[in-house]
Amino acid sequence: MELCGLTIHELQDKLRAGETTSAEITASVLKRIDAVETEVRAYITLMRESAIEEAARADEAILRGEIKALTGIPIALKDIFCTKGVRTTCGSRILHNFVPPYDGTVVEKLRAAGAVITGKTNMDEFAMGSSTETSFFGVTRNPWDLTRIPGGSSGGSAAAVAADECIASLGSDTGGSIRQPAALCGVVGLKPTYGRVSRYGLIAFASSLDQIGPFTKDVEDCAILMNVISGYDPRESTSVPEDVPDYRAFLGRGIEGWRVGIPKEYFIDGIDPEVEAAIREAIRVVEKAGARCIEVSLPHTDYCVAVYYIVAPAEASSNLARYDGVKYGFRSEDNRDLLDMYKKTRSAGFGEEVKRRIMIGTYALSSGYYDAYYRKASQVRALIKRDFEQAFADCDCILTPTSPTPAFKIGEKTDDPMQMYLSDIFTISANLAGIPGISVPCGYTKSGLPIGVQFLAGHFQEGRLIQFASAYETHAKIEKRRPAL
Amino acid sequence: MEYEPVIGLEVHAQLLTNTKIFCGCSTKFGATPNTHTCPVCLGMPGVLPVLNKKVVEFMMKMALATHCTINGECNFARKNYFYPDLPKGYQISQYASPPAEHGWIEMEIDGGKKRIGITRIHMEEDAGKLLHDEHNPVSHVDLNRTGVPLIEIVSEPDIRGAEEAAAYLRRLHEILVYLEICDGNMEEGSFRCDANVSLRPRGTETFGTRTELKNMNSFRNVQRAIEYEIKRQAYVLDSGSAVVQETRLWDDTAGVTHSMRSKEEAHDYRYFPDPDLVPVVIDDAWIEAVLNTLPELPLEKRERFVREYQIPAYDAGVLTASRSLADYYEEVVRLSGQPKIASNWVMGDVLRFLNEDKKEIRACPIAPAALAEMIRLIQDGTISGKMAKEVSEAMYRTGKAPGAIIEEKGLVQITDEGALAGMISEIIGKNPAQTAQYREGKEKVFGFFVGQVMKATGGKANPQVINDLLKKMLAGTE
Repeated sequence: MELCGLTIHELQDKLRAGETTSAEITASVLKRIDAVETEVRAYITLMRESAIEEAARADEAILRGEIKALTGIPIALKDIFCTKGVRTTCGSRILHNFVPPYDGTVVEKLRAAGAVITGKTNMDEFAMGSSTETSFFGVTRNPWDLTRIPGGSSGGSAAAVAADECIASLGSDTGGSIRQPAALCGVVGLKPTYGRVSRYGLIAFASSLDQIGPFTKDVEDCAILMNVISGYDPRESTSVPEDVPDYRAFLGRGIEGWRVGIPKEYFIDGIDPEVEAAIREAIRVVEKAGARCIEVSLPHTDYCVAVYYIVAPAEASSNLARYDGVKYGFRSEDNRDLLDMYKKTRSAGFGEEVKRRIMIGTYALSSGYYDAYYRKASQVRALIKRDFEQAFADCDCILTPTSPTPAFKIGEKTDDPMQMYLSDIFTISANLAGIPGISVPCGYTKSGLPIGVQFLAGHFQEGRLIQFASAYETHAKIEKRRPAL
Repeated sequence: MEYEPVIGLEVHAQLLTNTKIFCGCSTKFGATPNTHTCPVCLGMPGVLPVLNKKVVEFMMKMALATHCTINGECNFARKNYFYPDLPKGYQISQYASPPAEHGWIEMEIDGGKKRIGITRIHMEEDAGKLLHDEHNPVSHVDLNRTGVPLIEIVSEPDIRGAEEAAAYLRRLHEILVYLEICDGNMEEGSFRCDANVSLRPRGTETFGTRTELKNMNSFRNVQRAIEYEIKRQAYVLDSGSAVVQETRLWDDTAGVTHSMRSKEEAHDYRYFPDPDLVPVVIDDAWIEAVLNTLPELPLEKRERFVREYQIPAYDAGVLTASRSLADYYEEVVRLSGQPKIASNWVMGDVLRFLNEDKKEIRACPIAPAALAEMIRLIQDGTISGKMAKEVSEAMYRTGKAPGAIIEEKGLVQITDEGALAGMISEIIGKNPAQTAQYREGKEKVFGFFVGQVMKATGGKANPQVINDLLKKMLAGTE
């Protein structure tokens, strides 16, 4: 196996043993990028030179015996994280030339842990989408089938891990943007509890839903990254000053006697039969591992998509107001006056999906409509949260499909926003409730597309989620495949 | 028809915190444009606000000083609108749940007391400033002011005239400055006022249609603008038309208000709770702690001065115009034990010197202890009141102690009766005609003799001693 195909923990063992160097690992990743990137198109901006320099520094540190959690490991960042001196586009024309003057908190933490940053990955524009097709910088393809989408919005980060174009990556998840592409690309993706990982430096889509999390090749790597990125940040008011456990300590503990909730509302018409079969199999696996599966009810499930598509666009309509052509980013030319500049800049700077959501959100917050839409949605959101609290009174975690279907064809749903929105039907609720969720590979379709299973737990129960996912991973023994690129 | 004006004021006061409301940037006025900025107040992508606790405390001070109820929990909301001086495209303010409401202030109007209700006080961030190029069709944005903390104080529509509005504004201003939470500078915009004005036939209860007045940057302009608007609305109503609900701008030069935007053109600000901020929780212990830091407020102080120092209400009003002036006066009283004399000197020479130089009492070169010492020297006869005028002026110019000045100028009063008696008999001897006149009953010439003695002593003679001696010696009894 080439170095780029290994996990963080495998590579760290080799680095510690002196069997390889960060320079070799980084070179392997860059070589892989050279080989497959023209087909996958996972990156918006590659950071080849700085990656090589960081690898050299990592090797010096290793020689001095200073090896930290991510020393020398090539990691990719969704292009939604502000990186000092490195263009950060959020997949949008309106930020096509924006170079942040600061590093976000997670970027600082990755650097402090010794990571080698390989580049900025492609995404749906402003994280609005489930397929990475709305990016101004083109479509990322699913490494398992280049005619299909990788999921979204963090499609570039998921595809980069699946295609070995990095060892691990970070994404953001507002309604499933980590878990859904993780499922569709056959990797592990975790959305932590709201408030667990600092959003400072994450370009906002919907502030009350956005959360940062890792894409990794296995659950152990997920725990390693969670150890690095989690924790209270005084620069974020919604950051929670809760102790961060050592997530690696939860690996391999077993799940005997655990009660696993299977929400009856999540096995709906329209779910792909192969996905359903794989999930039924996953239920058998966790039972064999000693857990007991019970039916639970999340009665307000039907409202999740509707609530989400009011709350998220409402917040987005305000969050995206700062892109007005005045201070940075794209500005239209030949403007008659200020209003004309605003109109032309925002008309040409944003793509169709972003404009659609800005309009939905503006409408939902408008005088005379606020009560019927935004206020009502906020009230129902509280009920959805309560559904989970009640369910977790009876179970330790919840098991659901991550996505109702495997990866769909590029262009298949672009003309039908409602169909696209429904691909997040199983992931949105965790964002509305603020709880953590993880997607873990649970098999393949007959045509070889990966399928993911989602586990959900209560607030700040990432440790237990990792424990559960690790046990599942061990018992499921899903065949390790590599996409044929 | 006779109308009754109904007026409510919205005041924005910039708070004197060292740093901005949601980031660590300096709030200092007058810096080079865009130097007091950071990614947060520039509204960069990805940044988040963190509330400055001092802003909450300053808001609480004003709330307590105006008898407001402080709510246990309040939220920040986003007020959405586009303008180049607003880098995020929204202002973080407070909307549905204000931190303080249902307060009042009391003021003296026409000899009586009147309460004006305070509807609410809330916190928000200031916007930046546009600088328009005079020669080119371009504008520049200065974001130093972006994120400077403000409190907005909204009054009930309890005000019934332009003069009353100005009086209310002065009271608010005085309280804010007393609390040391706002510098009150209207020209620099740290104290701004908008007015809602409507008319109704006197004796009726229903409110008329109101207009909102903006762009009044002095107490005088607020009063003038409201006076104008009352006349304008009365004219509109008398001519059978209806007042249009709109925002009007005061034109200081022309002395009129102009329509700025109608109700239909009004912004829909799409307020909603800011998801980047958590609710502000204010418990009783915090309120108690802030309450303990509250200074004595101007009205209370005024009443106490009249009671404690037995000075006229007018003097008390002048001396409590600012907290530092009141503190200065009280220190002089404490050190001299002479409240009335101290009041005369502070209100007289000290304030006159300061006014001439446009200086604040804090910058007064005469320390309270020096003034008290001078008062003592007058009391014990070392110097005369007239000399003291010279001494105080020199103290102000040089900052020296009164003793040193008296010595330098050789100002010590001559009280030695023997020396003065010699001089007086000489003067009487030289002026037989006047002496005769006096002895014939023309008491007016007494002044002539006083003048002669003063002339002879270079003005240093103790007037009381001269009076006594002259009377005796002119009467020929000595």
